[in-house]
Amino acid sequence: MEIPHPSRVPRATLPALRAVEGVLACVSKPLACYHLMTTTAVDLKSVTLTYGPFVAVKDVDLAIEKGSFVTLLGPSGCGKTTILRSIAGLVTPTSGEIVVAGRLINDVPIYKRNIGLVFQNYALFPHKTVEDNIAFGLKYRDVPRLEIARKVKRALDMVRLPGVEKKLPSQLSGGQQQRIALARAIVIEPDVLLLDEPLSALDANLREEMRTELKIIQREVGITTIFVTHDQEEALAMSDRIVVMNHGLIEQNGTPEEVYRTPSSRFVASFLGQSNLIAGTIASNTRGKAKITLDSGASIDAAAPASAKKGSKVTVVVRAQRLEVGKKAAAGSNRLQGRIAATSYLGGTAIYIIEAEGLKLQANTIIDTHVFREGDAVDVSFSPGDCVLLGEDDRRLA
Amino acid sequence: MKVRQAEDASGVWGWRAVKLLTIAVYVFMFAPIIVTVILSFNASMFGGFPMTGLSLQWYGKLFQNEAVLRAFKTSIWIAILTAIVCTVIGVMAAMALTRYEFRGKQLMNTMVIMPALVPETILGVGLLLLMKWAHQPRSYLLLVLGHIMLALPFVVLVVQARLIGIKRVYEEAALSLGASRFSTFREVTLPLLMPAIVAAILLVFTISFDNITASLFWRPPGVETMPTQILAMLKISISPEINALGTLMILITVGLPLAGGLIGRILFGNRQ
Ligand SMILES: Nc1ncnc2c1ncn2[C@@H]1O[C@H](COP(=O)(O)OP(=O)(O)O)[C@@H](O)[C@H]1O
Ligand SMILES: [Mg+2]
Repeated sequence: MEIPHPSRVPRATLPALRAVEGVLACVSKPLACYHLMTTTAVDLKSVTLTYGPFVAVKDVDLAIEKGSFVTLLGPSGCGKTTILRSIAGLVTPTSGEIVVAGRLINDVPIYKRNIGLVFQNYALFPHKTVEDNIAFGLKYRDVPRLEIARKVKRALDMVRLPGVEKKLPSQLSGGQQQRIALARAIVIEPDVLLLDEPLSALDANLREEMRTELKIIQREVGITTIFVTHDQEEALAMSDRIVVMNHGLIEQNGTPEEVYRTPSSRFVASFLGQSNLIAGTIASNTRGKAKITLDSGASIDAAAPASAKKGSKVTVVVRAQRLEVGKKAAAGSNRLQGRIAATSYLGGTAIYIIEAEGLKLQANTIIDTHVFREGDAVDVSFSPGDCVLLGEDDRRLA
Repeated sequence: MKVRQAEDASGVWGWRAVKLLTIAVYVFMFAPIIVTVILSFNASMFGGFPMTGLSLQWYGKLFQNEAVLRAFKTSIWIAILTAIVCTVIGVMAAMALTRYEFRGKQLMNTMVIMPALVPETILGVGLLLLMKWAHQPRSYLLLVLGHIMLALPFVVLVVQARLIGIKRVYEEAALSLGASRFSTFREVTLPLLMPAIVAAILLVFTISFDNITASLFWRPPGVETMPTQILAMLKISISPEINALGTLMILITVGLPLAGGLIGRILFGNRQ
């Protein structure tokens, strides 16, 4: 596969081009067809990895679609880097299989896997020029000299840093260095690009800019990407799919919307975005709608699966963004009477802490009329459809 | 107010005392060196003050002294050989000790550093006894091996310190880009290690060139190194020639590392 030059190929035509390329390849090389048809680029099959007695990754199953941008999201120490390093070949899984581009690579040494790695602190070779850094991987791939120079130049164009060939990494800013690191990893046309918190060493403004840029480059090249971060915003902004991890386990694997709207566990609900977690008991459950008696005494309606049995204890999850404050409740909505305990005014939005019928709720609202202040009496409402129910095992009832 | 003034005064005196002591220490350290250098240009037959005039005659005599020239050559060759072997082995040992996990690593670490901690006299006698026991004569080989043993810990320590500072991600990046372990070492680790290697070579050279205690035990019969030659000359008389010789030794053992550092800075200064 050839990396198309971004400036010469209109972005919209890229998928079409690639499809044509695929068909042509199929016709001319029937054997390669199987390869092109499989859409799984990386497949982890019950991968476990232990450091001595400590289990860093527990029985992880993860299939990553070709060309997609997948984020491993979780708190520090949950095993994200370990998974990335096991795909790269820097650590060996204790058990399980790792398949990349249809090839079982458990026993393939790192330098014979075709994988692009980008580290948090860039890891550009400090004694080599930008040009030599980018060309490094090409030298080991029998690419002719002239071709190397051409590819290096194209890679620099791709990361929007033309003309820095002769500079040393120390002469570049952090953001520029990270672009070079990206170019160095992409120029070898790897089967998968692995990024371990690549933006966390940059300052806030630059991070946001690089986030967008990285995503654009990934789209243009169409490269399968696994991105590791502990920053939920980054994950939500960039990913096709988010894999939420905790304690070496996958908690949830879904699109950003799925993970945000329907968290599959208490951990996901509290790690990703702001949620209100309210304890209660199912009073009745008919036709997908449950009445729930909250421990605080109030009663609410919530959308519920049939498995939510009468009398069972549940936790109701309501996103802080889904609470309406001081508005006329829509028909069928839950309504609680409360009082503002604290206001954080953020200009366009406000975060309220509200004491309502024995509950302490957080509401992140868009301000359209006026801002409520501490002590104001307000009504809080939310739709039953915005409720997610967790069972006693802290997993979502399905 | 008064109290504070008193405190200030005692502070000032304290500082003066520290300064005085510092100067005294430096004088104590450098006076012998300076005296040696000055007296090496003294015209007088007797190697002491007062000076009777400036002269280079002792240097001239020195360069005609067969024994001194032979000892000088011997020392240089031993130092060069020791530096080469120590650097190669030391770099490999340091790599093993910092980059790989294996059984007995801690033990090996201690063993390598040990010769730097054990008094030289004991090392000297020990190696000699071992050779006796093995019925081996004292030879150049023994002398070089002994010097290697003495200097190796310093190479390992210097290179190890630098290796710990070279982040592993550089090597991991190289491997991920397709470079084998050897290519990674040659292309990434070695160049980043170069300043430490240059420092280690100079250090080893100096250690070997300067060594007297152990050399006295190990040298083959009739062979003198530069320091043992000086000792032998001292036994006969305190000739001004020795001052000239001492000055040259100082020039080599101080000048070489300085020059090396300078070259190192010019070569690697723009890197990281
Ligand atoms: N080489 C190692 N030896 C022992 N424990 C390790 C090693 N590397 C990582 N760990 C442990 O494994 C866990 C997962 O680490 P890591 O994958 O780096 O987490 P994350 O990248 O999600 O922050 C952590 O608790 C960490 O302390
Ligand atoms: Mg990590």
